Amino acid sequence: MTGQGRESGEGLSFWLVGFCLLIVLPILNVLPEAGSWLHVSDFTLNLFGKFLAFAILALGLDLIWGYTGILSLGHGVFFGLGAYAIGMHMMLSIGTESVYGSALPDFMVWNQVKELPLFWQPFYSAWFAVVAAVLVPTLFAALFGFLAFRSRIKGVYFSIITQALALSAWLVFNRNETNLGGTNGLTDFKTLLGFRLSESGTQRGLYVVTVLCLGGAYLLCRWIIRSRTGKVLVAIRDSEQRVLFSGYSPANYKLFVFVVSAALAGLAGALYVPQVGIITPAQIGVLPSIEMVIWVAVGGRGTLVGAVLGSVGVNLGRSVLTNHFPELWPFFLGGLFIAVVLFFPEGCVGLVRKVSGGWLSRKRNGDELDKSVAASEPGSR
Amino acid sequence: MTDERGSIIYLEDVTVDFDGFKALRHLNFIVNYHELRVVIGPNGAGKTTLLDVISGKAKPQSGRVIFGKDQDLMPLRENQIASLGIGRKFQTPSVYGNLTVWENLELSIKRESKGVFSTLWAKSTPGEAERIDGALVTIGLAEKRSVRAGALSHGEKQWLEIGMVLLQDPTLLLVDEPVAGMTDQETEQTGQLLQSLADKHSIIVIEHDMEFVRQIARTVTVLHEGTVLCEGPVEKIQSDPRVVEIYLGRKKEKASASERVN
Ligand SMILES: Nc1ncnc2c1ncn2[C@@H]1O[C@H](COP(=O)(O)OP(=O)(O)OP(=O)(O)O)[C@@H](O)[C@H]1O
Ligand SMILES: [Mg+2]
Repeated sequence: MTGQGRESGEGLSFWLVGFCLLIVLPILNVLPEAGSWLHVSDFTLNLFGKFLAFAILALGLDLIWGYTGILSLGHGVFFGLGAYAIGMHMMLSIGTESVYGSALPDFMVWNQVKELPLFWQPFYSAWFAVVAAVLVPTLFAALFGFLAFRSRIKGVYFSIITQALALSAWLVFNRNETNLGGTNGLTDFKTLLGFRLSESGTQRGLYVVTVLCLGGAYLLCRWIIRSRTGKVLVAIRDSEQRVLFSGYSPANYKLFVFVVSAALAGLAGALYVPQVGIITPAQIGVLPSIEMVIWVAVGGRGTLVGAVLGSVGVNLGRSVLTNHFPELWPFFLGGLFIAVVLFFPEGCVGLVRKVSGGWLSRKRNGDELDKSVAASEPGSR
Repeated sequence: MTDERGSIIYLEDVTVDFDGFKALRHLNFIVNYHELRVVIGPNGAGKTTLLDVISGKAKPQSGRVIFGKDQDLMPLRENQIASLGIGRKFQTPSVYGNLTVWENLELSIKRESKGVFSTLWAKSTPGEAERIDGALVTIGLAEKRSVRAGALSHGEKQWLEIGMVLLQDPTLLLVDEPVAGMTDQETEQTGQLLQSLADKHSIIVIEHDMEFVRQIARTVTVLHEGTVLCEGPVEKIQSDPRVVEIYLGRKKEKASASERVN
């Protein structure tokens, strides 16, 4: 998996892509006048910011699914916890600028809630909200994962209970009694940390922060998979039993990777919500959770680059398609997923590798050509 | 476990019940230090289940399982038992197909802590690298150290797994049908390997291949329907009429469906 040449090439492309996203794009947003072909509009930049937030989530999902072989269908929940945490803070920052002019969020006035619920109180503090956006999904995943992995729930069963988790989170967030805005979610945000969200400078800043977080998340994931713990994760995917009988506790490793991926999902949600301006239960339920898996599948699971490419690519396709043929998108997404599963299970990255495999393998003494051979060892006793 | 008199593994009156089907019934089984013990028996006799009990994969409904002088294995989990020094090679080779041969061995090597966080920062010490190199030579895969294990032949995977188990530095080695699917030459080499290991380790080998059993065996235990049918030196076992009967009986069974030898 590691070749000297490949590694330095990867490092180079990391800095190159980072430079483009972090410096070039924002400059093209600011300097050329609108209308110039070089100009990147506020809208486009904002769109990319959203995609890159998704990419952070996809990295974590790839860590647990692509590398460790555990399919979670509940990552929308962790994304949602992060998004709602920041959303709650921004709701409170609206203050009396709201439609009803009350210090309470509009939906509470509408629902005749007289007093701010206790669990909303700490979200007046921005720092509390930022910390909670990552910590709440982390702790929640730790609890959920501890129970699931300790009772050795695996494979399809794990996927099903995470899906059930997504469903119940969706139900809970939809209820007005939960005091999180019900079906309409949280929206109409005005400011974040004193900056007005409607200003393009604020959005540009959020974009830059997102790029930085994505870079950090990428480096973190790369560090993990290159460490020996990362090798244990791949080993769990290949033969969990062997790992167990070699003195490791697979449950602890799974819990670790589940928690890391949940934290990344929370971070993604936190970055998403101020850029998009709304978070509703519809964005965290069963379907979005499945869609997240599709991003990774399309990009190529088991490669970090694939996760990033997949989430940006699929979402780009979505915004193009939904602009022109909104009713086609679900079919397109479904078709894409089936195509990936049937024809190129290693995703786009795998496809590219296969196509360029001829000369690449000659260059690398052919030790990586048949990646598909051992995709899964039969479970053995 | 410094006291090397007495037994390394001691099973007393062990019964394993799979939803009413008793894979082991009131089994007594003892292996001493530095012993190479072969366990034979027809399909479904309970051989793999016996290893499952020792390695913690199956928990008996009754009986006692003692490792060394007085280490009770019953309440421990698989990874804890492995850390105590019981290594197990599975019936079908299980190696990490997406990792290289070297990485497979590196993960298996005995280490103070195999927790998530210490492993996150772990690097192989020169001493460990040396041990891995040594194991690579022992299992004849030195040339293939950076090949993905998934690309190895069946026999090579079997050896790789043996190498992985050896690096765990086990005092007791459990080996389930190591030569299944191997060529004659590979079988012979495997036999030599196991015999050379018997100086330093206690080994329990399960095998069907009688040729192979003759090559390596000192003491043989015959399992049948979850209990020990007989035990002794290989020549005696081979000529024991009961053993002949269950092995012949099995063949007869295949021919004419119902006639069952008891
Ligand atoms: N987890 C299980 N659940 C139910 N029955 C089981 C289980 N494991 C084993 N058995 C049954 O217990 C009996 C003994 O199985 P075991 O695998 O120990 O046999 P074996 O002697 O290793 O046979 P073989 O030579 O085929 O490997 C078999 O009839 C098997 O079907
Ligand atoms: Mg067996």
